[in-house]
Amino acid sequence: MLFGKKIPIFFSLVIWFIVWELIGQAGLSTIIPPFSRVVAAGITIVPTEKFSAAASISLRSFAIGMALSLAIGIPFGVLMARVESLGRILGMWVNIFVSAPISALVPILMAVVGIGETTVVVTVFLFAVFVIILDTRVGVKQADRSLVEMARSFGARRDQLYTKVLILSALPEILAGLRLGAIRGVKGVVIGQLLVAIIGVGELFELYSQYFLMEEFWALVIIVFMFALAVSEAIAFLEKRVEYYASAR
Amino acid sequence: MPAETIVEARGVGKSYDGAVEALKDVNLMLPHGRLSTLLGPSGCGKTTLLKIIAGLIPPSSGEVWVKGKKVEGPGPERAFVFQDFALLPWANVLRNVAFGLELRGIPKEQRSEIARRQIAEAGLSDFESSYPHQLSGGMKQRVGLARALAVDADIILMDEPFSSVDEQTRRKFQEELLDLLRHKQKTVIFVTHSIEEAAYLSDQIVLLSPRPGTVSKIIQPNIERAGRNPDEIRRDKNYLDVVEEIWQILKHYVV
Repeated sequence: MLFGKKIPIFFSLVIWFIVWELIGQAGLSTIIPPFSRVVAAGITIVPTEKFSAAASISLRSFAIGMALSLAIGIPFGVLMARVESLGRILGMWVNIFVSAPISALVPILMAVVGIGETTVVVTVFLFAVFVIILDTRVGVKQADRSLVEMARSFGARRDQLYTKVLILSALPEILAGLRLGAIRGVKGVVIGQLLVAIIGVGELFELYSQYFLMEEFWALVIIVFMFALAVSEAIAFLEKRVEYYASAR
Repeated sequence: MPAETIVEARGVGKSYDGAVEALKDVNLMLPHGRLSTLLGPSGCGKTTLLKIIAGLIPPSSGEVWVKGKKVEGPGPERAFVFQDFALLPWANVLRNVAFGLELRGIPKEQRSEIARRQIAEAGLSDFESSYPHQLSGGMKQRVGLARALAVDADIILMDEPFSSVDEQTRRKFQEELLDLLRHKQKTVIFVTHSIEEAAYLSDQIVLLSPRPGTVSKIIQPNIERAGRNPDEIRRDKNYLDVVEEIWQILKHYVV
């Protein structure tokens, strides 16, 4: 609020871009070119074949890594919530890995699974899966006990209990985990590819910084940021819809 | 005329972790087609006993027989109405009412039809596509009751069903429940801590003593209800005597 008027959120971005432009125009540092030239560079690199090849391979690694972490993370989280002993044994490890610097493991991964797309996929997986496990577990654990009792009293089989009550009941937490996981996943792609350095967006980053193409470099940074933001916002939108249904919890 | 027994508890006991004894040696015969109340102070294990009858909790000792069969778990002849309604927050009224049928694998069209009929009887036709959080407490419990009726169980187990609704709604519910019993051959087992509610509704009141819960007395109110309005019943001498009798016993349990 300023002078009684509501200011749109993007206004703060606009101010930052103006500051950036001024610093760039002043030529204080070769690392920071003017924002307008970064945008121009972005417009020129996006249609190139090199960019679309890098983008598609990065997207593929991201998608496969995320799919894997969902396919493994959700069942694990559910199991850990339902089987007390399993939750206790694995809970500690999940908590360690969720806060561990996974990037440090990437060089080891390269040695194990080779230098290539697989390493990047595994990196995305490791970045995303633990927070998904953690949140799913919390969601299922917090599932309304009386809903479980209700389903049982109406003769729910074990599989129905999971598909018709527990998973749906935990959906808000699962989606929150997915959103955090996806944000980490984007980091995973970039870090994985940077360390592997011969594929995807990471290769481009490597290339631009080697030849000191700062305009292109910053343009790519902004594109990656925008992608991460778009993914997170899309999931947040889903979350809001689910919250609406689950608001009575 | 003595009705035949539909639910029987034989020496039912329940202890948690082998230490806390919630129920001890409960022996009960509940008549078919009648409303029986389990009444007692909080902590007397009345809800535990109801859940054991429902097959939701296994007893530590003794056994429960329903319609000549030993209870090993929940069964289609029993339906439960929950104190906190236990409605699926992500499902609308129609799906909530049909949920018991959905679990039994009844085709969607058929179960929707049955559910719609129950919703109409509960007076909620305009709210078929509403979600639980859009309903008042009273409406939620109507949905809970409609869900129990939709599966057409013989025995309806109600765990303090009217305790989370306001007094007016509560009285209206009581009327409707009595009305329902007059028209349908249902056996109702009703848990409450309200003496008036128990005396007003019940054909048989099972008084439980606290810690460990055990049957302290069984009372058959014998109140003439046919053709009388609620206020007349509440002034009935039998009704007042029963309330007094229960109070004389219960007040010893109040610390």
